[in-house]
Amino acid sequence: MHRVPRWIIGISVAVYAFLHVPLLVLVVFSFNDSKFSVDWTGFTLDWYYRLLQRPDILRGLKASLIVGGASTVISAILGTMIALALARHRFRGRRALEGFLYVPIVTPEIVVGISLLILFVLLGIPLGITTIIISHVAFCVSFVVIVVLARLEGMDGTLEEASMILGADEITTFRKVTVPQLWPGILSGALLAFTMSFDDFVITAFVSGSGSSTLPIVVYGMVRRNIEPSINAISTIILIVTTGLIYLADRLSREA
Amino acid sequence: MGSPRERALAWLYSRPQARAWALLGPGTFWLLVFFLVPILIMFVYSLMPRGIYGGVEPGFTLEHYRRFFDPLYLDILQRTFVWSVACTVICLLLGYPVAYTIARGGKWKNMLMFLVVLPFWTSFLVRTFAMIFLLRDTGLINNWLLKLGVIQEPITMLYTPFAVMAGLVYGFLPFMILPIYASLEKLDLSLLEAAEVLGAKPAERFRRVTLPLSMPGVVAGCLLVFIPALGSFLTSDLLGGAKQMMIGNLVQNQFSAARNWPFGSAASFIVMALVLVAVMAYLRVKDKTPGEAP
Repeated sequence: MHRVPRWIIGISVAVYAFLHVPLLVLVVFSFNDSKFSVDWTGFTLDWYYRLLQRPDILRGLKASLIVGGASTVISAILGTMIALALARHRFRGRRALEGFLYVPIVTPEIVVGISLLILFVLLGIPLGITTIIISHVAFCVSFVVIVVLARLEGMDGTLEEASMILGADEITTFRKVTVPQLWPGILSGALLAFTMSFDDFVITAFVSGSGSSTLPIVVYGMVRRNIEPSINAISTIILIVTTGLIYLADRLSREA
Repeated sequence: MGSPRERALAWLYSRPQARAWALLGPGTFWLLVFFLVPILIMFVYSLMPRGIYGGVEPGFTLEHYRRFFDPLYLDILQRTFVWSVACTVICLLLGYPVAYTIARGGKWKNMLMFLVVLPFWTSFLVRTFAMIFLLRDTGLINNWLLKLGVIQEPITMLYTPFAVMAGLVYGFLPFMILPIYASLEKLDLSLLEAAEVLGAKPAERFRRVTLPLSMPGVVAGCLLVFIPALGSFLTSDLLGGAKQMMIGNLVQNQFSAARNWPFGSAASFIVMALVLVAVMAYLRVKDKTPGEAP
């Protein structure tokens, strides 16, 4: 009965095109055999080979993987612990904490970035990989909490009760019953954390020293200097990695 | 009595609050020390005199906030605010129809949703670069228009307000679509049937049933677009150039080239204060609108 009017579908199609065509164009032209023009002159993988020969890109990639890995593991552990406490325990200040967890999500990155820069300089902590990891954990934890909490709320507590009644202590129950059930939630939270860490530019720009540029910092430098097809190539790689991770996270969080 | 593990467990059992805080402790500690405390320090910095080599000197001053009444900075503040509002309105006008289509999408729903979520998570830097690639003088749009003979000279789009607005909308549109979809999805279709049976025309059904019931999503979406637009830095930096400065660029500038940390802190605190006002306004509206917020 209530069909969606044509003009609404029209707008929607246009919006989907607006969201996706620029990225598709970007990807297509990463294979274009011309350095200066946006005319299609033939297929090449040259721009990808060139990436492999650039030490700054490889160093950036390595830094991004280290930062992403470390901040994902730390924020997944801290976030899961907070989610467990929120779902299973009553304590004073619970509502305040729940509200507080949303603040990092709505705080503009530029504010987080400069305030952390001030803190590190004030404490005399040298800027580098460590300060980037610390900062990334600070903005990833809340996202992990939300994803894991959603999973915990949909979970059946009776299995845990059964395990305790059958004589398993709390740690065993946690290891053998809670964690296996919770695993897809933790993993999907971790994937999102990794994606955010891997993509972050603004906060990282403030808290990374000169010797510890992550991939987005290197790419930003390339975009500022001059536009060349290598940027299309590295962008394509970043897109493929994040799309894959988000697809996985999406699948995991749908799994009942 | 017993192994250390048993003793630790016994101790935790006897103190439920301690158990909760053992789980909460590390994470909340991290958020306090590396999120809340830095913002408080930033606020304190914004009230201190500027040091000679960056940094601050002991003392108290309101000078940095007073500087915002200078026409130069008032201009930046005003531009940031006007653009954020405009971006929010455009996102609402484009995003609502999309959310509506997805909510009525039947078997395509998951697929359509994924296609909105995807750009939401893709690198903001890469997406901004995609805009540059299209909009610059030697970019794809100019190239095609020249070839088709629509224009003789390339149109300057990059480094104009148009480019910044396109970039902002492109960046934040998914934030509008997702919450509106969430509230439309929950809408009880039998209400619309009832309205139809009672003789309401489609436009009236939308105005009196669908729209009011999707208001929580609309309000949440507007907030989720308005906030990052206010604090945006990359978009105006890469697409706007020096003439289209927003407050985020001012902050960055004070912390790099200008080396005026307290003034930068004041600018940053103004962003934070605007965000908090927006969130409070949202919470007030949320309490008054019918239905649940997403």
